[in-house]
Amino acid sequence: MTQIQENKARQIRADILRMLFACQSGHPGGSLSSVEILLALYDNVLRYDPQNRDWPERDRLVLSKGHGCPTLYAVLADKGFFPREKLWTLRQLGSILQGHPDMRKTPGVDASTGSLGQGLSISLGYALAGKRPEHHFRVFCIVGDGELQEGLIWEAAMAASHYRLHNLTVILDYNGLQIDGANEQVMSLGDISEKFRAFGWETLTADGHDVDAITAALNAPVGEKPRFVLCPTVKGKGVSFMENACCWHGRPMTQEQYDDAMREMGC
Amino acid sequence: MAEKQSTRVAYGEALAELGAKDARVLVADADLAHATMTVDFATKFPDRFYNFGIAEANMMCASSGLAHCGYTVFASTFALFGAGRAYEQIRNAICYTGANVKLGLSHAGPSAGEDGGSHQAVEDIALMRVLPGMKVLVPCDAIEMKKAVFAAAEIDGPAFIRTGRLPTDICTEASTPFEIGKAVVLREGADVAIIACGIMVAQALYAAAALEAQGISAAVVNMHTIKPLDEACVLEMARRCGAIVTAEEHSVIGGLGGAVAETLAGNACVPFERVGIQDRFGQSGKPQDLFREYGLTAEAVQAACRHVIDRKSAAPAQG
Repeated sequence: MTQIQENKARQIRADILRMLFACQSGHPGGSLSSVEILLALYDNVLRYDPQNRDWPERDRLVLSKGHGCPTLYAVLADKGFFPREKLWTLRQLGSILQGHPDMRKTPGVDASTGSLGQGLSISLGYALAGKRPEHHFRVFCIVGDGELQEGLIWEAAMAASHYRLHNLTVILDYNGLQIDGANEQVMSLGDISEKFRAFGWETLTADGHDVDAITAALNAPVGEKPRFVLCPTVKGKGVSFMENACCWHGRPMTQEQYDDAMREMGC
Repeated sequence: MAEKQSTRVAYGEALAELGAKDARVLVADADLAHATMTVDFATKFPDRFYNFGIAEANMMCASSGLAHCGYTVFASTFALFGAGRAYEQIRNAICYTGANVKLGLSHAGPSAGEDGGSHQAVEDIALMRVLPGMKVLVPCDAIEMKKAVFAAAEIDGPAFIRTGRLPTDICTEASTPFEIGKAVVLREGADVAIIACGIMVAQALYAAAALEAQGISAAVVNMHTIKPLDEACVLEMARRCGAIVTAEEHSVIGGLGGAVAETLAGNACVPFERVGIQDRFGQSGKPQDLFREYGLTAEAVQAACRHVIDRKSAAPAQG
């Protein structure tokens, strides 16, 4: 990570905290764990044009772990999809920023997600379209670890391999925690990369908090198979009292906690 | 009436015709192409046909993704496994996003026959009707089915088209108008109005003919669109006839009968009965035996008409 990348990641994290403190709800833990993944995508990987949001050949980004949307919103605002001031309206009545991503309300959001497991299946549809003769684009889908427990994920995983969707990449934000506890306590994932390989996917691993490592995995030459990139991450990354703490999946901050967290961001 | 045909066959033929006219039409199925009759399209346009295997939930979400890339997607499976099993995918991935996906769901109702109650959807209209933005079409015969497919393709957004397995009576003609949301009065009448959909339209016509011989004048309305319901037509028939009977191959809860009841309540005080499945599951049997068992016959419609007419004369309707 360069100093510029670290500063940008800190700024996005500060935006996330400010958004979540303002609405006194939302999901800090899983938002903070996917900051570098989304920065890698929007800085180095995705083809898109904020001035031409409906460009048919843009790459698609589907945040299947939709509860982590504050990160996506902060990055989209940073890239000019909508004014940054909108961020502070998150989760309020009439806001363009819903509690879970809504493609009909938010410029730059490619899929309405939040119902876990659906994002990968929607991505499958995008990837099928992206491989049709009239199109040429890639599709990236960020999944959480808990949602891999959904059966729909494996229906989509099977179909992606069947249709040889080399233009589809799944990125696992693997922070190891879900609402009721650690994955291993709630419902073990086992060797998750091995499972994807068994479904016919190519698998890679990249440090989920290293923008360059994530970028390298996502930009590696595309083969015949869909790609699964396991990114080990830390839930609540960057805020010491939230890191690896299950209770920060979805809890509002007190004023004191918010001040402490923002100090850690250098604000 | 002309020779019987099944609406699923007409659905398949319509898709193939549509596919030849519009290259943006894609068809999805879940290992039932030979039952939903999407096989015709699949054979003619293999590069625009996607079989998702026995994975209906995945088919619905993937169809949403395809549709949001500018395609018109017709997704087909049995009504139970679409409207039922994949309900939440239809809700969140298709309706919530306004995806241009048409659900052509077959084997609805006891007319699916021998496969039994696990396969006969009796609640699919109710499930689809409560989804914001969903249009619900229940064509009455093979001729109307083709018009419904083309009309659904013309609109942007989700629609549910209910198709049936059984060859059934033809009760419309090529020239009969079809407009989504606009009911068709197939027979005028003064004493009672029968509002029917799907295969019960033919039974309503038989019932009206039999009632005429008994000196009762029954109107028959083909309510092919359950949502948006032609409320003006319902209220006009209530005003004109003073008694209403609904008839559908579906539970009397939440389907056509439920929709008409919602319209009548508070707007028109007329005797009203619902012919349909009385809060039961289906079962195995020959379709004609099942129709008798579940009261989905012209005789049942006639009986309901007599009941409401008796109630009308016992207590005159208030406007």
